[in-house]
Amino acid sequence: MAYSEKVLDHYQNPQNVGTLDKSKNNVGTGLVGAPECGDVMRLQIEVDEESGVIRDAKFKTFGCGSAIASSSLATEWLKGKTVDQALEIDNMDIVEELNLPPVKIHCSVLAEDAIKAAINDYRVKNGMPALELEEKKH
Amino acid sequence: MSVKLPIYLDNNATTPMDPRVLDAMLPYFVEKFGNAASRSHPFGWVAEEAVDYAREQVAKLIGADPKEIIFTSGATEADNLALKGVFEMYASKGNHIITCTTEHKAVLDTCKHIEKLGGQVTYLPVQPDGLIDLAELEKAITDKTILIAIMYGNNEIGVIQPVKEISQIARKHGVLFFTDGTQAVGKIPVNVNTDGIDLMAFSAHKMYGPKGVGALYVRRKNPRVKVTAQMDGGGHERGMRSGTMNVPGIVGFGKACEIAMNEMEAEAKRLSAMRDRLENALLELEEAYVNGNKEHRLPHVSNISFKYVEGEGLMMGFNKDIAVSSGSACTSASLEPSYVLKALGLGDDLAHSSLRFGLGRFTTDEQIDYTIEAIKNTVLKLREMSPLWEMFKEGVDLNSIEWAHH
Repeated sequence: MAYSEKVLDHYQNPQNVGTLDKSKNNVGTGLVGAPECGDVMRLQIEVDEESGVIRDAKFKTFGCGSAIASSSLATEWLKGKTVDQALEIDNMDIVEELNLPPVKIHCSVLAEDAIKAAINDYRVKNGMPALELEEKKH
Repeated sequence: MSVKLPIYLDNNATTPMDPRVLDAMLPYFVEKFGNAASRSHPFGWVAEEAVDYAREQVAKLIGADPKEIIFTSGATEADNLALKGVFEMYASKGNHIITCTTEHKAVLDTCKHIEKLGGQVTYLPVQPDGLIDLAELEKAITDKTILIAIMYGNNEIGVIQPVKEISQIARKHGVLFFTDGTQAVGKIPVNVNTDGIDLMAFSAHKMYGPKGVGALYVRRKNPRVKVTAQMDGGGHERGMRSGTMNVPGIVGFGKACEIAMNEMEAEAKRLSAMRDRLENALLELEEAYVNGNKEHRLPHVSNISFKYVEGEGLMMGFNKDIAVSSGSACTSASLEPSYVLKALGLGDDLAHSSLRFGLGRFTTDEQIDYTIEAIKNTVLKLREMSPLWEMFKEGVDLNSIEWAHH
């Protein structure tokens, strides 16, 4: 399978690989996917409590190149956005940016799920109710 | 390092043709183009003579009589002809076939087809090392059993089944024994008589011959085996396989068999030493495991799982430079991990994390050095990126996590 230039670039130079301190109140962690399915994504956000802006984002991903690229791109997009703005990131934006083929759309869905899971974790930690998330088809 | 890229380590998929094979074939395209079935003129005689000679070369490699070789378009056709042909020919004796879960799709899917035609098929499980359990095999035999179909060497893990023991069981119960020898013939000594094989499929392009030609060995004595033709036409190949002979292909197949006959022993030694060096170097990585029995294994094959990295992502790190295949079929049409590895009892996670290496005649030590380096680096890099590796290092039991399956 031929990968797009952008997928290759993120794979070779992934942005924001790493771990944030999940015990901190302003850090939200989302862990999605399953080892049996061949992809697991962990995405973390660190929120500036005053402004509600995501000032750092990190990921670690077990998966194919497209999964790695989707999560790397997601962390780039998250930084500097408010939590509310982050909720608007749609998996199809990732598909478009990375030119993912149809068989790899599930990687983008996983990245969107990871963003929402991280935000929900942050919300619950800070006394807000978790958002009801629509189920996307993987 | 000045090694020429890309490096080909996927010789179980296909082998490059040996230049000596090409040389043997070339006259049969333009100059000696005749139809081997044309009995009435020299063009046909020349072609027929070439086919006869190739048939001898092929037969010799497996200890058969030339009359027992039926040329086909490849191993898939030979598998189909053996299974469907026996099922049809021996319908009055029974309708039960025994095979195993790690067979090639050309055998498994043909068995599925036979089930639709009213056949009964037993799919024997394999042990964690990939070998079948002989006691289970014998227990599965009924008075309706007509055929045991167990492969010689496995295409994904290289495991060699106990063919002699299987054939003894088959003989004891008066059941025919068919083996898919595609990966084994030309790589290790295969002899239809000492191995007790009644039918065997094999292919030229897995042993440095051309694509599009293979053979089915069909025993003629003790017992005399017959298969019902699956293609009707001119009655070529003693009526078992109609269709104009692929003369250049067959000539190449013959030459490939002759070369294998002469060089196989030395080649197997060289390749197994190289394979072991590759394998041992990669096993220096933490959490790396060889899949399948290491003793009963083809000399040129290694299948390794690198836990906590995903196979397709792993291959992406070097697949511009090194051709291997992944047990994670994310790379092909389906998203399923290898059914062979799953049949060994590997969890989906380990099956997703595997690479298959197939060394070959043209593999060099420099290529192995490059491969070791590239794969080690990629595994380490991806593990740094893997949440599962981090959890493992922190002592988190991955089974204790409730994963969201989708």
